[in-house]
Amino acid sequence: MTPLVEMRDIALSFGGVKAIDHVTVDLYPGEVVGLLGHNGAGKSTLIKCLSGAYQMDSGQIFIEGQPVTINNPRDARAHNIETIYQTLALADNLDAASNLFLGRELVSAGGFVDDDRMEAETRRIMARLNPNFRKFNVPVSALSGGQRQSVAIARAVYFNAKILIMDEPTAALGPHETRMVAELIAELKRQGLGIFLISHDIHDVMALCDRVSVMKNGKLVGTERVTDVTEDDILGMIILGKKP
Amino acid sequence: MTDTTSGEIPRKSLTQTLQLDTRLLGMIGAFVVICLVFHVLTGQRFLTPRNIFTLTIQTVSVAIMATGMVFVIVTRHIDLSVGSLLAVCSAVMALVQVWVMPQLLGLGIGHPATAPLAILAGLVVGASIGAFNGWLVGYLTIPAFIVTLGGLLVWRNVAWYLTSGQTLGPLDPNFQLFGGINGTIGVTASWIVGALAVAAALWFMASARRKKAGHGFAVKPLWAEAVMMALVSGLILGFVAILNAYQVPAARLERVFAARGETMPEGYTEGYGLPISVLVLVAVAVAMTVVARRTRFGRYIFATGGNPEAAALSGINTRLLTVKIFALMGALCALSAVVASARAANHANDIGTLDELRVIAAAVIGGTALSGGVGTIYGAILGALIMQSLQSGMAMVGVESPFQNIVVGSVLVFAVLIDIIYRKRSGALK
Ligand SMILES: Nc1ncnc2c1ncn2[C@@H]1O[C@H](COP(=O)(O)OP(=O)(O)OP(=O)(O)O)[C@@H](O)[C@H]1O
Ligand SMILES: [Mg+2]
Repeated sequence: MTPLVEMRDIALSFGGVKAIDHVTVDLYPGEVVGLLGHNGAGKSTLIKCLSGAYQMDSGQIFIEGQPVTINNPRDARAHNIETIYQTLALADNLDAASNLFLGRELVSAGGFVDDDRMEAETRRIMARLNPNFRKFNVPVSALSGGQRQSVAIARAVYFNAKILIMDEPTAALGPHETRMVAELIAELKRQGLGIFLISHDIHDVMALCDRVSVMKNGKLVGTERVTDVTEDDILGMIILGKKP
Repeated sequence: MTDTTSGEIPRKSLTQTLQLDTRLLGMIGAFVVICLVFHVLTGQRFLTPRNIFTLTIQTVSVAIMATGMVFVIVTRHIDLSVGSLLAVCSAVMALVQVWVMPQLLGLGIGHPATAPLAILAGLVVGASIGAFNGWLVGYLTIPAFIVTLGGLLVWRNVAWYLTSGQTLGPLDPNFQLFGGINGTIGVTASWIVGALAVAAALWFMASARRKKAGHGFAVKPLWAEAVMMALVSGLILGFVAILNAYQVPAARLERVFAARGETMPEGYTEGYGLPISVLVLVAVAVAMTVVARRTRFGRYIFATGGNPEAAALSGINTRLLTVKIFALMGALCALSAVVASARAANHANDIGTLDELRVIAAAVIGGTALSGGVGTIYGAILGALIMQSLQSGMAMVGVESPFQNIVVGSVLVFAVLIDIIYRKRSGALK
């Protein structure tokens, strides 16, 4: 079976800092791969090469076996890659609907932005993802951290992604909302999406992921099936940078 | 905020029910107070049709540019070169009128193609210089403050060089129609325009309501909608009525009749009606508001102002966006140059001097935040009107010009302070 995504031998430096040092990871349809590592290990930087936010110095990206060039976020979206960024990447002065459709606005026949239709769609998806969400007509700056996060999640899920990147999607969520995201991940997995999940919660990762890739100082320590290792093994990989 | 799904129905104030922007109300309130105070201080000379007419045409040039400045400031940039750009555009248009068309092409004075070609040339020059500024800012990442500070010096002196420092005139008679008092559409046409504007506004409000209701969203109560419609219609028609009430002086009318070889009937009067320059401003205001609220371009401007990184991660080409915004600003400078030079009937070197400050002040008084992401077109126009009212009012009262500037400068700072306090109170600023 060809992987949905293969990132092969990716390297990227910021000035002299090797943020990503020849890392190879892959992802199959219907699979959740966890990316683990210390703060500053290079997790966000790696997935930003896939989402088009950064351009890698060297390496190759294959989507369904085909080599692709991803130079900007539009290229990534064109390959059905959706991303929930750690920073959420929301325009604080716009409302939930405008953020959800940012860059992909629904327009009316005359080519004008159709805010009412976008709001209706946003209400529909939010009813599914976060039924308690009510703040449709205020700028997202007026939202709580968790509400903002659910807007970012809705944006990634709405557009029928094939590849979903979630950079600490539950960092600001309460226990109830975190469980809902876990259910969402399980559902998307059943639908055949491939998901990269970055998280610091090893317990969550063991529960949700099929495989984990551990990074340390920009290098890949190793990739393991969660069924083959224990939480302590993974902790060892993160802290000591050694395979079990 | 309204929410159809929540069970509780919070009590709402009148302004909330009418969905009026309280900040706008505050500005209108300030404007009304300014007008009333000057009306008293000038011995009832301020709120006359004649003075309102003059005030309106004096505001047009700055107001047109202020609408473009809103987009520039919303994206966290600034344009200090608008006054100089206006001068270059004015110089180019004057050259087309007094040299290219009559002399170079030998088409004589007053050829019907002169005004359209001059305006086209001005728009092309303005948009090109603006696009160049935008390229320096967006692609070469030089701060807009520096690019346009340089531009302020460069373009004013390019204008000087183009005309060798001479005053060029008189401008084409058709071109002069854009100047204000020399180009009004008369009473009947003004009423027709007013009626059409009311019809368009009512249709727009009704269809917006229908669309919202169609999606099952909460809409204003019917009475609130009716109040808003009455308010808008009243404002439009009242404005037309005032400009129509300003009578053309009898001596001038006599000359018009004499030119046609007729004699003026006894007791004949005629109002000026809407100046063409004001119609240009209205068209710009409507177009810019539609761009801001109903187009992707406008949405991207506000998104980029709110969070440039998020905009880029959403696939928005923020560099190209910057070029487009500055090009639009340049084109609007050209349009202002048409109005300003037509009003003066010639091109003089000092045209548009200090306009950059007036334009930025108008946008800022109108609620555009320098931190980006926030601003409205109507606010900027109201800001321009408030500044012009202050200036004219003080001149009428006999305040010396240095004091006028002291007051206007202080008002700018004070207005921003009020704005900050208002936003803190309303929770929009943290
Ligand atoms: N834009 C940038 N410019 C310079 N250095 C950067 C930039 N982004 C990341 N880095 C550096 O690259 C390294 C990896 O950062 P990255 O954000 O990928 O870490 P991370 O694994 O996501 O950490 P965290 O768990 O804290 O989110 C760090 O040393 C960081 O300082
Ligand atoms: Mg990170």
